[in-house]
Amino acid sequence: MALIKYNKPLKDNFYLLKIAGKYKAIMGQFFMIRKDSQAMFLNRPMSVYDLEDDGIIFLYKKVGKGTAVLADCKRGDKINIYGPYGNGFPIEVKKNIALVGGGTGIAPLFFTLKQLKKHCKEYTVDIFLGLQGKNDFESAFELYADYLLVNYGQFITDFVPYEKYNTIFSCGPESMMKKIEKQARRFNIDHYVSLEKRMACGVGACLVCTCQTKKGNKRVCKDGPVFSGKDIF
Amino acid sequence: MSDSLEIKFSDIHLKNPIIMASGTFGFGREYAEIYDIEKLGGIVSKGLTLNPRGGNQGIRIWETSSGLLNSVGLENPGIQSFIEKELPYMQSLNLVHIINISGTNLEDYVKACDRISREKVNMIELNISCPNVKENNIPFGIKEKTTKKVVREVRKVTKVPLMVKLSPDADDIIRIARVCEEEGADAISLINTFKAFAINIKEKKKIFDNTYAGLSGPCIKPIALRMVHEVASQVKIPVMGIGGIVDYQDILEFLMAGAQAVQIGTANFLNPKAGEIIIKDLEKYLIDNNILNISDIIGIID
Repeated sequence: MALIKYNKPLKDNFYLLKIAGKYKAIMGQFFMIRKDSQAMFLNRPMSVYDLEDDGIIFLYKKVGKGTAVLADCKRGDKINIYGPYGNGFPIEVKKNIALVGGGTGIAPLFFTLKQLKKHCKEYTVDIFLGLQGKNDFESAFELYADYLLVNYGQFITDFVPYEKYNTIFSCGPESMMKKIEKQARRFNIDHYVSLEKRMACGVGACLVCTCQTKKGNKRVCKDGPVFSGKDIF
Repeated sequence: MSDSLEIKFSDIHLKNPIIMASGTFGFGREYAEIYDIEKLGGIVSKGLTLNPRGGNQGIRIWETSSGLLNSVGLENPGIQSFIEKELPYMQSLNLVHIINISGTNLEDYVKACDRISREKVNMIELNISCPNVKENNIPFGIKEKTTKKVVREVRKVTKVPLMVKLSPDADDIIRIARVCEEEGADAISLINTFKAFAINIKEKKKIFDNTYAGLSGPCIKPIALRMVHEVASQVKIPVMGIGGIVDYQDILEFLMAGAQAVQIGTANFLNPKAGEIIIKDLEKYLIDNNILNISDIIGIID
């Protein structure tokens, strides 16, 4: 159990949730989070949006009964948090790098951006976000990104100059990541995707988040959530 | 650790009556990264079949009030691969390991049990009650006739202690339990998940590709408890209680109702350290209530 520092509503049903405590995580890893409630039985996997000295921040969207329970949480409320889980994005990658996110898939990319820039200042890290409408967190990305493009309502995949990059990390709808993988093959880009699946245990034991890959069945929670794009699509 | 939780189940010595249920604990490896799983009484392996299975397509998990529906469909590496890659790990653990065996036809059950019986294993849990296997429209454990057949044929090929896992959907669970006893089962575990249903009202579609799924969690506990109570008084072989246990109070209920040990499943998903916490709480309960050994409370409720 941990205490909530804040749970700020943003536009389009997005929320920023900060939970107090000291946490460690690799970019792209996730935690399992649950508020004790009749309407929320299972923990929800949420990737790390940001890590601060006094807490951890998650970006989520209210979409169903479970996230509605989370959205009602207030400062000082107690919340269950377990993790970090999963493999995360690789840190040793070829520059130049593009991070492409769609919808809630942008959640892991802010922490990833910060970590990449911290790890190697010479890395060029460009960001491409696809959103329904303008949102409050865009300015945070702007502070760290070498280049930021946010598109509203269209396919963000149509606006990425693929030939400029050697590495792409993507997270969002499968159709989005699939399109990127197609371009990655064309331009010989190392493409890593972060998958989202319904989960129960979060640790690799229950097999409810199994995904089919070219290397056989894999557990998104334990073998992923980050996979090489060519193994998935 | 004191010996207040030690118990004998059938002929097996358990350091405590807390066993991790099949399908919720893998083969133990993942949770071993999180806590010292050798504190547990035992673990039941993920359900194994003669041949590897990829499991069900589509959504495999759905939440409901105080419970969940799963439709994993027995994804597993098959008995041979298990023996080569996972069994040595389970055998190396200082706890009781129970191998859960499933099948879609009689021959596969018998062959898988025969194969595993050639290895050194503590116990077989015969799963005749999984609601998630398409080929088994009616699991063996629903009907008396099919239960009798599968337990009898498996008993012929194995000397390993045999526990049969019953379905709450059985026609008559007391009768089914008696049949298992008559056919030479050493123990009964109950209950598996309930066959259940969920619908996506927005898309007007069923949630699961396989239509129905297995319901578990605290929402089934009172029914599981009733069934354990009914069965424990009607058979001489020991009963392992399963169904929605999330804390030590739930365990006490199952033991008082007549279970000699319990399995914990869904609770592992709510808190990965559930097993460790429950054992600690149970020990404290015994001390606080001046109970020398946990067996003193087993079956005390008529």
